[in-house]
Amino acid sequence: MDAVSPEGRVNLNMDGQPSTEADWAVGKSTVEIKNVSKAYGDEWDLDQVITNLDVTVAPGELTVIVGPSGCGKSTLVNLIAGFEQPDTGEVLLDGKIVTGPARDRMVVFQETALIPWQTTYQNVVFGPKLRGDLKGKALKAEAERLLVKVGLGEFVHKYPIQLSGGMQRRAELARALINNPNIMIMDEPFRGLDAMSRGLMQEFFLRLFEENRRTNLFVTSEIDEAIFLADSLVILSNKPASVRKVIKIDLPRPRDYKMLSSPEAYEYKREAMEILHEEAMKNFAADADSGDFAESFRKR
Amino acid sequence: MATQYAGGTTGHRIEAPTGLALLIYRLKEALSTPKPYLMGFGVFLWLFTYWLLCEGLKLDRFDKIPGPVAIAKEWFSYEPFQGISFFTAEYYDHILASCRRIAIAFAIATGVGVPLGLFMGWSDKIRQYIFPILETLRPIPPLAWVPLAILMFPGFEAPVIFLATLASLFVTTLNTMLGVQSIDEEYFRAAGCLGSSKWDIFKNVVVPGALPYIFTGLQISIGVAWFSLVAAEMVSGDLGLGYLIVDAYMNNVTVPMVIGMITLGFVGWFTSVIVRVIGNRLMQWQVKELALQGR
Repeated sequence: MDAVSPEGRVNLNMDGQPSTEADWAVGKSTVEIKNVSKAYGDEWDLDQVITNLDVTVAPGELTVIVGPSGCGKSTLVNLIAGFEQPDTGEVLLDGKIVTGPARDRMVVFQETALIPWQTTYQNVVFGPKLRGDLKGKALKAEAERLLVKVGLGEFVHKYPIQLSGGMQRRAELARALINNPNIMIMDEPFRGLDAMSRGLMQEFFLRLFEENRRTNLFVTSEIDEAIFLADSLVILSNKPASVRKVIKIDLPRPRDYKMLSSPEAYEYKREAMEILHEEAMKNFAADADSGDFAESFRKR
Repeated sequence: MATQYAGGTTGHRIEAPTGLALLIYRLKEALSTPKPYLMGFGVFLWLFTYWLLCEGLKLDRFDKIPGPVAIAKEWFSYEPFQGISFFTAEYYDHILASCRRIAIAFAIATGVGVPLGLFMGWSDKIRQYIFPILETLRPIPPLAWVPLAILMFPGFEAPVIFLATLASLFVTTLNTMLGVQSIDEEYFRAAGCLGSSKWDIFKNVVVPGALPYIFTGLQISIGVAWFSLVAAEMVSGDLGLGYLIVDAYMNNVTVPMVIGMITLGFVGWFTSVIVRVIGNRLMQWQVKELALQGR
C-alpha cells in the first residue's frame, strides 16, 4: 500500500511536486545528558538500568542510539521525554533541566501509541486542538497537508486499527510533526514492521529528516538501520547502560539504500558489531551458566 | 498517482442500496446462511421437548407444570381462565411497574457508578478511600439487604428500587474502574507529550478508553438489576413481574407464573440489547476492530 515511485523511492508528495517544507522554521534543540543514573526497585534489591551515562545530541543532527536489547534504551527515552526523572545527573534541553513532558520533545513510541478511539485526522489534530495554538481552517489545512505528505490523504477518517503497520507509523509521524517540535525522539519506531515496510519507512524517515534537519534522536537495536540513518552513532553497553563508543558516520546525504553496501558503511558496521557483540555476549553469559558457551564461541 | 492511495478500489463500484432495498438485501443475505434455520430448529427442539415432557407424555411431576400449548392458549385468550393474558390490562401494569423500577434503578446505578469508577480508576487517592468499603459491601447478596431496605425506606416502591440499584451499582463501578486501569500507559504518555492538561486526558483518554469495559459492565449490571428487582418484588411488592409470579404461586395458578417468567426473559433480553446498541453507537472504533476480525 505504500506509495513507491518506479525507482523504488518513497515519494513525499502525492502529486510529485517538490516539497516546500525546507523553509519551515524548524527549532533545533540540543540535548545534553550529563552523568545520568537510573535504577528501579527496592533499596536492597536495586535494578540499576543506567549508570553514569553522558550523551550529547547535537542540534540538526540525527543521533542514533544503539545497544543490546534490554539495555535500558527505553528508560533513556523516558528520561529525555520527561516521563521519568533521573536518580542522579541531569537531562538538559538547550541548557534547561527537563522536568516533564512537553510539546517541544515529541516521542514516537515502540509499536503504536495512536489513540484507537480517534480517527487518523483526530489523532493528528489532537495536540494543537488541546493547546489551542492552531485553530479552525489553519489547523485543518495543516493536518491535511501533513497527512498527504505522509501518504495518508485517503485515510483521514479511518481508525488506526484499519491502517496497516506502516501507515500507523506514518500517521504517528504526522501527529508528532504537526506540533513542530524542536526534537523528535524515536523509540524503536519501526519495530514490528515487516522487512519491506521497514526499509521503506527508513527511507521515508530519512527524506523527512534531510528536508529540514530537525534534531533527531533515534533509538534502535538494528545495526543496519542505525548506520543507514545516523550522523552520530552512540553505542551503549550492556545493562546498566553507559556509553561504549560514539562513532561519527560520514556517509554523504541524501542517503539511499545502496550506500549500505559501500566499503565505508561496511567498515562502520564491522566496528559497531564488534562492540555490540561483545556487550551482547556479556549479557548472554551473565544470564545463566553459559560461560563455557561464550568462551567456546569466542575461540571459534 | 493519487489512485495508489485509494486502498483497493480497483474494479467497479456498486452504488450502496438504501432503505427498503437495503433491508431486502440484508434479509436475503441472512437467509442464505444456515444461521436462521439452525436457530429456528433449535427453538423448535426445545419447545418440543418441553411439550413432550409436560403435555405429550405427561411424565410424573411434569404433568403439574403447564405445557407450551396450555400457556399459549391462556396467553392469547381474550378471557384468560387464570387472569393474565395479552388482553388484560393487569399484565401490562406488571410489566410497566417492573420496567419503571429498572429504569430508575439502572439510571441511578449508572449515574453514580460510572463517575465513581472513573475517578477510582484515575486517581489512586480516591480509590484508597472507597475501594475497601466497596469490596466489603459487594459480596453481600441483595436478598440479605431486604429487611434493612424495608426498614430504611417507606412504602413498597423505594425499597425495591434500592435493592435493584445496589446490585447494579457494584458491577458498574467495578467494571468502570477496571476499564480505566486497562488503558495502555502509552496513551497517557502520548497525550502528556502533546501538552494535554489533566482534565483533557480525563476527557479524551480516560473516558473513551474505559468505554468498552463500561458497556460490558452495564450489560451485566442491567441483568443483575433484574435479578435483584424480581427477588425484591417477590418479598415486598404490590405490582411487578416478580410479584405476579409469587402471587400466582400463592393462589395456586400455574400458568401466570410461567407467563411471568417468559415475559421477564424477553424484557430482560430487550433491555440488554438496548444497552448494547447504545454502546456500539458510542464505540464506532471498536465495532470496526471487531469487523476486521470478522466478527
